[in-house]
Amino acid sequence: MTRLYLDRNAATPLLPEVLAAMLPFLKESFGNPQSLHREGQTVLEATEEARESVARLIGAAADEIVFTASGSEANNLAVKGLALASRVKGTHLVVSAIEHPSVLNAARALEKLGFGVSIVPVDGRGFVDPAAVEKALTPKTTLVSVMLANSEVGTIEPVAEIAALCKARNIAVHTDAVAAAGSIPIDVATLGVDALSLAGAPFYGPKGAAALFLKKGTRALPLVDGGIQEGGRRAGTENVAGIVGLGRAAGIARERLAERAVREAALRDRLIDGVLGSFDHVVLTGSRDRRLPYHASFCVEFVEGESLLLSLDMKGIAVASGSACSSKSLKASHVLLAMGLDHALAQGSLVFSLLEGTSAGDIEAVLAAFGPIIDRLRRMSPTYTEFLKEKRT
Amino acid sequence: MIYSDKVMDHFANPRNVGTLADADGVGQVGNPVCGDMMTFYIKVKDDKLADIKFQTFGCGAAIAVSSMVSEMAMGKSLAEAMAITNEKVAEELGGLPKNKMHCSNLGADALHKAIEDYESKSRPGAGEAAPAAGADHAEHEEECSCPYCDGPVIGLEDACACRHCEIELVECPACGNYTNKADATCVSCGAKLPA
Repeated sequence: MTRLYLDRNAATPLLPEVLAAMLPFLKESFGNPQSLHREGQTVLEATEEARESVARLIGAAADEIVFTASGSEANNLAVKGLALASRVKGTHLVVSAIEHPSVLNAARALEKLGFGVSIVPVDGRGFVDPAAVEKALTPKTTLVSVMLANSEVGTIEPVAEIAALCKARNIAVHTDAVAAAGSIPIDVATLGVDALSLAGAPFYGPKGAAALFLKKGTRALPLVDGGIQEGGRRAGTENVAGIVGLGRAAGIARERLAERAVREAALRDRLIDGVLGSFDHVVLTGSRDRRLPYHASFCVEFVEGESLLLSLDMKGIAVASGSACSSKSLKASHVLLAMGLDHALAQGSLVFSLLEGTSAGDIEAVLAAFGPIIDRLRRMSPTYTEFLKEKRT
Repeated sequence: MIYSDKVMDHFANPRNVGTLADADGVGQVGNPVCGDMMTFYIKVKDDKLADIKFQTFGCGAAIAVSSMVSEMAMGKSLAEAMAITNEKVAEELGGLPKNKMHCSNLGADALHKAIEDYESKSRPGAGEAAPAAGADHAEHEEECSCPYCDGPVIGLEDACACRHCEIELVECPACGNYTNKADATCVSCGAKLPA
């Protein structure tokens, strides 16, 4: 059976060009970029070229890029690193309720060290209100972290507005752009942020390679102490092949970003219109207008997300769900709950994230498979039976 | 794969799905807030389960467990059906992931509840309605920590409990998450719990 993979948020296949760029650094070019001999220096050239490429993707300078092993590490370095570096100035930070766990839990870790943390709510479409962020600021606030786009509901946040009002108060702003980088245009100067996290895996780069943009002059305490790699902000021998792959993927993303976005947005809109138009009691989660171009997410009433996911998987379609049962911790998505979705409805969560290779035919295949799956699961759902009974009376 | 072939078979082709309009007993456990809700309908003849139907809202494991329970109990005496344990259901399914073991608890519980419902109705003089099926979620708070339903955990004298799952909870010494005090292993991380 041919597989249809629509879970870009979890992983993407490496582009052939990216793999080709990486291979020499897993074979003959094995040197350590910190070494002064030729073996080391040729490798250093490659990692610095990658740094340039990643910087260009977001309008930054090369020396503002710190390579990390994951988006989670970049988020930790930003939240803990910035907060701890400025703890003399203040010990309060503000994050949104729908941040990735690597931001939320980093903030909670700081809380245990005595920091104050304010968690700003979101509205029903997942938007953070800049006015709510402003209200949460105190004279002790040194850092605000609000994501650029949410991977579960696709909503793009008003980060530039938030950054503007923080800048006026000399408060640093970090944005987690892992779901957004490589799929929407990003310019750190326009956004006005001091730190930005991105990872290569969502835009056809390798796993294990990510980066944190740290604006010139921004102080961050390292999470890993040791040598002077990454300008002393992240010790440890570089993951050279991964960094090179990330750089190549960033270069290709920059070239193809506009074209990809237009194509993906058209497919996304067809999927959203098709699902909402064909199936009753299914809602779109997140914003319709300010949404990642590759992202369509829904909640299907009366059924549970993991069952939907498994059923689609059996038909060869790979998607994600934020339902409690599909998570290892058995907790419903904190994003959907923060948006005020009813617990039962949040259980029917399903997330489609499209890839470069997704075709119009693929979207039609999803729509054709989805209906019978929803019907089958509803026929065995006691809550749907109850709903029908109530409707009759 | 997270599930065994047997689980996937019962998920893809669940046995005995449906309702019984003239059921002799009905049992419902869980609720959609927990992520799992099961309703079992039984017909009883000569002290044996003549027919069983179920409906389930839930994950793959929950649907497979319901199906397996219905198959295991079909045609059995009420006493035999009451003796079906959660461990036995999981075993018949070729095992379940550690964090899905509570689904197997629900399956047997729903069947047992249907049998109890039948018995309370057929007992002479027992006119009262059976205990209300499903739990009331009016009290559901946003501060959630029960691992089974995400509901609020209330503090007791020497332990914690989730009111609507009606279980006592302890903090797992390995991962720190709440888990059922009565279980042998933690629902979140699978670590063995001290007796």
